[in-house]
Amino acid sequence: MAHTETQNILEIRDLKVIYKTDLEVVEAVNGLDLTIGKGKTLGLVGETGAGKTTTALSILKLLPSITGRILQGEIYFDGEDIIKKSENDMQSIRGNRISMVFQDPMTSLNPVLTVGDQIAEAVQLHNPDMSKEQIKERVAATLNMVGIMPSRSGDYPHQFSGGMKQRVVIAMALSCEPELLIADEPTTALDVTIQAQVLTMIRELRDRLGTSMLMITHDLGIVAQTCDDVAVMYSGIIIEAGTAEDIFLGDKHHPYTVGLFNSIPNLDVKSERLSPITGLMPDPTNLPMGCVFAPRCEHRMEVCLEARPGVYEEGTHKIRCYLFSEAPGNSKAGVNLNAE
Amino acid sequence: MLNENPNKPLLETIELRKLFKLKGGSNLHAVDGINMKIYAGKTLGVVGESGCGKSTLGRTILKLLEPTSGQILFEGNDITNYSISKMRPVRKDMQIIFQDPYSCIDPRKSVIEIISEYMFIHKLYKSRVETFNKAAGLMDMVGLARRYANSYPHELDGGRRQRIGIARALSLNPKFIVCDEPVSALDVSVQAQNLNLLMDIQDELGLAYMFVTHDLSVVKHISDDIMVMYLGKCVERATSDELFANPQHPYTKALLAAIPKPDIRMRNKEFQLIKGEVSSPVNVKPGCRFASRCDYAVPECSQRDPDFVETSPEHFVACYIVNGR
Amino acid sequence: MNPQKYESTTVDSFKRPSQTKEIWRRFSKSKGAVIGFVLFSIIAIMLLAADFIIPYEAAIKQDFSQQLAAPSWEHFFGTDGYGRDAFARLLHGGRTSLSIALLATFSSAVLGSALGAISGYFGGKVDSFIMRSLDIFMSVPDILFTMAVVYALGANFTNLLFALTLAYFTNYVRLVRSQVLNLAEQDYVEAARAGGSGSARIILSHIIPNAVGVIIVNTTLNVAKIILYESTLSFLGLGMPPPQPEWGLMLSEAREFMRTAPWLMFFPSAAIVITAASINLMGDGLRDALDPHLKS
Repeated sequence: MAHTETQNILEIRDLKVIYKTDLEVVEAVNGLDLTIGKGKTLGLVGETGAGKTTTALSILKLLPSITGRILQGEIYFDGEDIIKKSENDMQSIRGNRISMVFQDPMTSLNPVLTVGDQIAEAVQLHNPDMSKEQIKERVAATLNMVGIMPSRSGDYPHQFSGGMKQRVVIAMALSCEPELLIADEPTTALDVTIQAQVLTMIRELRDRLGTSMLMITHDLGIVAQTCDDVAVMYSGIIIEAGTAEDIFLGDKHHPYTVGLFNSIPNLDVKSERLSPITGLMPDPTNLPMGCVFAPRCEHRMEVCLEARPGVYEEGTHKIRCYLFSEAPGNSKAGVNLNAE
Repeated sequence: MLNENPNKPLLETIELRKLFKLKGGSNLHAVDGINMKIYAGKTLGVVGESGCGKSTLGRTILKLLEPTSGQILFEGNDITNYSISKMRPVRKDMQIIFQDPYSCIDPRKSVIEIISEYMFIHKLYKSRVETFNKAAGLMDMVGLARRYANSYPHELDGGRRQRIGIARALSLNPKFIVCDEPVSALDVSVQAQNLNLLMDIQDELGLAYMFVTHDLSVVKHISDDIMVMYLGKCVERATSDELFANPQHPYTKALLAAIPKPDIRMRNKEFQLIKGEVSSPVNVKPGCRFASRCDYAVPECSQRDPDFVETSPEHFVACYIVNGR
Repeated sequence: MNPQKYESTTVDSFKRPSQTKEIWRRFSKSKGAVIGFVLFSIIAIMLLAADFIIPYEAAIKQDFSQQLAAPSWEHFFGTDGYGRDAFARLLHGGRTSLSIALLATFSSAVLGSALGAISGYFGGKVDSFIMRSLDIFMSVPDILFTMAVVYALGANFTNLLFALTLAYFTNYVRLVRSQVLNLAEQDYVEAARAGGSGSARIILSHIIPNAVGVIIVNTTLNVAKIILYESTLSFLGLGMPPPQPEWGLMLSEAREFMRTAPWLMFFPSAAIVITAASINLMGDGLRDALDPHLKS
């Protein structure tokens, strides 16, 4: 089904991804729906194990080839389903139309190549007819854009601090002016003052270049400051989504979202005890029937254990919870691959 | 536990310094003249970013690193120059909890063995059985189900591994614990669980904590007093409420301003950025170490180290602009 | 705070299923390891029971009428240039070869690992001293060194063991040292110090057990090497004095008769290969069995 001119740069429908080893099947993503509008930034919020990184890798089709499988679903990038694309086609998209920035700047850069060479490599790959001069100019312009002196293009990664390395990585990701930038916890490893610098820079660049962005983070503060839209992920599915206003100012929320907000020590109010969510995220090799959050939910009802809840919609705000929606959604969370 | 005179600090440092000698002869000023007091049953939060020396400070106080100069007084005794054997009995009173739940416990030992280790070293109980039973009691105290007693670390998640470390630290009935970023490596909801645990234990046992962290919201929650460190020096110290209500040092203000708050009404406010990077703690020049990045700096700032002055009751700041000296 | 209430537990619940049973259970999961174990057991039993299978005299009795006989019911593996029964020589010789090899492997592992651990843990001057001494030591070629030792002290079981240990311990020092350098940085080592643990206790209780995987793998590789090295020594006449049979010696004696009596080379070679292979298989299984990281 071909889409013509569309408002959304990325649309994911019912994505299911597993990691299959000899011992077990890990259900990492279980029916994910996600939409990113052109020029907008979507914050994908969740804790470790929710499946955020798997989602990002699936968009770029960079899952580990032996164990990672996309079982079903569609990923529409600018109207085309990229799951169906060949590896060759994907190579021309990666780094060019969709770029990714990873969490740890220490391991994202090749220690034996200069920073300039690494940026040039990205540029050259997607612009094979550019002359050496032009490439050099582009490298200099890119470094300038992230606040690094072009004279440093001959330096090696170890000569830069953590914050500067992350800027270089961002520079590389933006060097071909991609339409979509995926940033996977880009500032988690950085000091808070450096994080502020990097976030400001990302915001400016995004505004200037009109890049759409998928910002993956567990930090609600970063989401509030940088994102237009938000999706909250738990155990492989989106349990709440909406604009930033819906999530931060709305009056209805998924119990997990409420729990997340309550877990954060509030800078303004000192309370005696925090109200964490009890328990842990379920084992992805053995997901519960029904709502994935039910085992930990204090509002749990009988119906929650039977089938996954449908989506309650109020304008742009969507919540997947029986507290709000009547009808069950898709059947049991996860696909049973071990059925006899 | 609270048999000490509440006005006398449980632990005190005087001009404590720890320098590392690097190849080529230069010195890394990790901790450079810290004066602090910690009182029984209270928590001192130590905040700062990478390179400020807060972790080194914690380890030096416990004599896991040898101090270069200055004094450490524990319960009035000067332990600065205690040898390893003289420190042994003192170690029962002062313990440490580590940041990384993956490397803080021996992967080849079971949970119960890890928690019992210290008790065996100090031969606290007559028999193996008695020791293990005490360890099981500690598991109860930190909320670790007893069925994990014979499990190995890799079978447990980060939050539980941290609890093993906490149980171990409690095993000798210490009076004081250095908590070195104990929740930084954990997920948000697990962080909250463990923070609550630490606070509950403190109430129940009357422990003093030195809580080292880079996360200002966490430190506010758990601390009575807070010390802000930058490149080995303390730049500001006040009670928790006072520091957040009335931060005075430019670095403290910048630190607070840099935190992205989960409030979208503040969204379009620009982060007030500090320019530049942290300067090197190697071979430091005289003068305030924050001067090169400070928006308010004047030439005098780079000439002499600013004095640590009490600007209001129990609120100390080291800044030339604030104090004039 | 409400510590959850648990049923009171008795002492028994702290006993893990006995260590050995656990290790054996994990070990037996690996097919290769079990095959290796079975093979090695067969070999070991045969060698130990050598006297009952065929008397020692058959191994040394010379009978020129039977020279270079092909394998037959009378002489399973044929006879050598002196008419001695090759099967008997293999069995009795195997005892010598294998026991020297195993003992030498064990002592070189212990010596080398101890030095490596001390060097890596203490660092500084101790480390420098040990490593520089090692460099000097290693600059002398193994064979020359062994020759010197054997000439000086004579060729007998103990001296041979001594020479082999010295030749192979260096293998372990560097390896264990680098493991220990890594391990000593771990927080749990610092935690042990914070609890008042002394260095000896830390090395024995925390460092060595975590380095043991590397040591075991290296050890199993070395057994095969030592068996071969020992045969080199025999070849050079530095092994056990004749008529004591040894696999290596049998190999070197068989060289002459490679065309005319190839079975004389075949059986000792096969014996060495099978023994070494079975030990290697066991070694892999053992390393995995000792590693609690593997999911049960």
